[in-house]
Amino acid sequence: MSKPRVAIFDFAGCEGDQLQIVNLEEVVLDVLGRVEIVTWREAMKEQSDHYDIALVEGSITRKSDEERIKAIREKAGILVAIGACATIGGINCMKNFQDEKFVRRYVYGDKAHWYNTYAARPVSAVVPVDANVHGCPINREEFVQVLKALLQGKKPFIPNYPVCVDCKKAGNVCVLLKGQFCMGPVTRAGCGACCVTEGAYCWGCRGLVDDPNMDAARELLGRFGISAGEAIGQIRLYDGYREEAR
Amino acid sequence: MSKSAKRELHIRVDHLTRVEGHGNIVVNVSNGKIEDCRWEVVEAPRFFEAMVRGRKWYEMHHITSRICGICSIGHTLASLQATEAALGIEVSEQTVLLRKLALHAENLQSHILHVGYLVLPDLMGVGSVVPLAGSHPAELKTVIRIHRLSNEFSDTICGRTTHPQRLVPGGFVKYPKVDELKKLRQGLTEALSDLKEVARLVCSLAERFPAFSRETEYIALKSDQEYAMYHGQVGSSDGGTWAPGQYKEVTNEFCVPHSTAKYTKHNRDSYMVGALARFNLNSDRLTPEARAVAGLFKLKPVCYNSFMNNVAQIVECVHSAEDSINIIDRVLGRGLALEDIPPIKVCAGRGVSAVEVPRGILFHDYQYDDAGTCTGANLIIPTNQNHNNIYHDLQALLPSLLGKPEKEIELGLEMLVRAYDPCISCSVHYLRVKFI
Repeated sequence: MSKPRVAIFDFAGCEGDQLQIVNLEEVVLDVLGRVEIVTWREAMKEQSDHYDIALVEGSITRKSDEERIKAIREKAGILVAIGACATIGGINCMKNFQDEKFVRRYVYGDKAHWYNTYAARPVSAVVPVDANVHGCPINREEFVQVLKALLQGKKPFIPNYPVCVDCKKAGNVCVLLKGQFCMGPVTRAGCGACCVTEGAYCWGCRGLVDDPNMDAARELLGRFGISAGEAIGQIRLYDGYREEAR
Repeated sequence: MSKSAKRELHIRVDHLTRVEGHGNIVVNVSNGKIEDCRWEVVEAPRFFEAMVRGRKWYEMHHITSRICGICSIGHTLASLQATEAALGIEVSEQTVLLRKLALHAENLQSHILHVGYLVLPDLMGVGSVVPLAGSHPAELKTVIRIHRLSNEFSDTICGRTTHPQRLVPGGFVKYPKVDELKKLRQGLTEALSDLKEVARLVCSLAERFPAFSRETEYIALKSDQEYAMYHGQVGSSDGGTWAPGQYKEVTNEFCVPHSTAKYTKHNRDSYMVGALARFNLNSDRLTPEARAVAGLFKLKPVCYNSFMNNVAQIVECVHSAEDSINIIDRVLGRGLALEDIPPIKVCAGRGVSAVEVPRGILFHDYQYDDAGTCTGANLIIPTNQNHNNIYHDLQALLPSLLGKPEKEIELGLEMLVRAYDPCISCSVHYLRVKFI
């Protein structure tokens, strides 16, 4: 049986998620032994239109990108969104809350009309996505785990409980109890609460859990002196495309 | 009549490979005459400067880190310094030392990734690093070893390599442990010999770099104390220095229709930033081992061959490893302290920073209101400043290649762009700005 053919693509983003694939170091050679990478612009000259799995980083921010992602979807048996920009829209969606003409003029001045853009969106807003690898950036181990599951024809496990669970497992002192802000109670886990573990707070890069109980979240954050407005502002940092943030 | 005199040539490299981001090379030669030779930047714009307006001072480094996955530490540090300048936050000597380590970690990681994974395939005549696993396993393992060490270096200092968590306005929210620093020091010592091995390998293939030369201006940070990376004055190879706050006198940004990234120019048609620019301005401040590696390649300032940026990156890798060992010794020698973040008084103000990141000098310029909310931002990133120099280099290189087969011309032009290690997705997200 021939090896599954994998292609890697990027749209609007920082390419930090592809970098995590490179950062697998020796493990990447092991992964390469099980698949054939046929297209990866950032790393290789060779390109092919025949692939089974497409890994896609970045948000969709232009009409021309929409056509490109649709063509990729048609060719790929399995399409995986990698990184916050692709899975939930990510940082790019912050611009959606400002007037689009103003944004272009602010950055490109009187040459604004040369540059096209529309509201940033996750890949799933344009084409169906088969699996998400969340995070900004993605977690290397989780990426390998999702890829392995897909190669075995299984549904990858994506946590649908909050970062607080990971934080308890990591043995961290609660950031809210320290009197600081934290998005952990409403953010999807799976990162091992890495930001809290490293001394910061959860910024919410993996997006809200499915069907978040916003009333409970509001009540909880309120108890720690965080207003609904502040919380919405924080959700907009990464997850601004979702209904609740608009 | 020479072969090139009546040449018809149409090259279009859409989405150049083995670079970060999306750029095209377009060449049209008709009847031996160059009608078009262009470097197009087609990356989707992301409008960071507009996005950060309305966000708080303590979020800026987190957001602007996301401009670039590869130089996220550099963006974080430029952002922190701009915010600290605006709010008048003083950081400790230890914080400065640890931040310098963070910059070295990223410089090492980014350069070895570029030279080892993206440039070496050109020198070995293959399309990617993948075939090297079969043909040159020992050499590839050496590169992987250095790359892994550099990532562990970032993890130890910053929490992680991409979008670091520990660096915040005022200092660090978590510190490495003493034994982690000692282990890192050992790793860096071993990396020095690995790096010299890579240098010898690249040196044995160096004739593959074209003997190209085009006089241009080089811009980099300068300092009396050190090979400037973390702070200094803005310097030019044509003479003159400027405070970071005067950066607009140097960058002079402008738009061109075939690029979503802005261009810059100063004294001449264009200028170059990055490892070669730093080497050309500051080579006398390199560590001894780094100077020895430069000697191996006979690299001397001022070198006008842009392809030698690859070699300057190798020289800087050695410098970063060696200087990091010295800094770790200083940190351990003075005793690692678990310092708290100093009290921060939020006020209105403007702050500008200039930091050397792997691809060259980076400027962040922020304006805050009295609640610490960002009301204006201007970011000028290295690749942005290089686009114009790439364009002029392509124009200068093409005529010398015209007698060669099309594939060779294409490879030569690609190698030239790749030598700049362009970070295209960064370069389109910025620019400009009127403070209002």
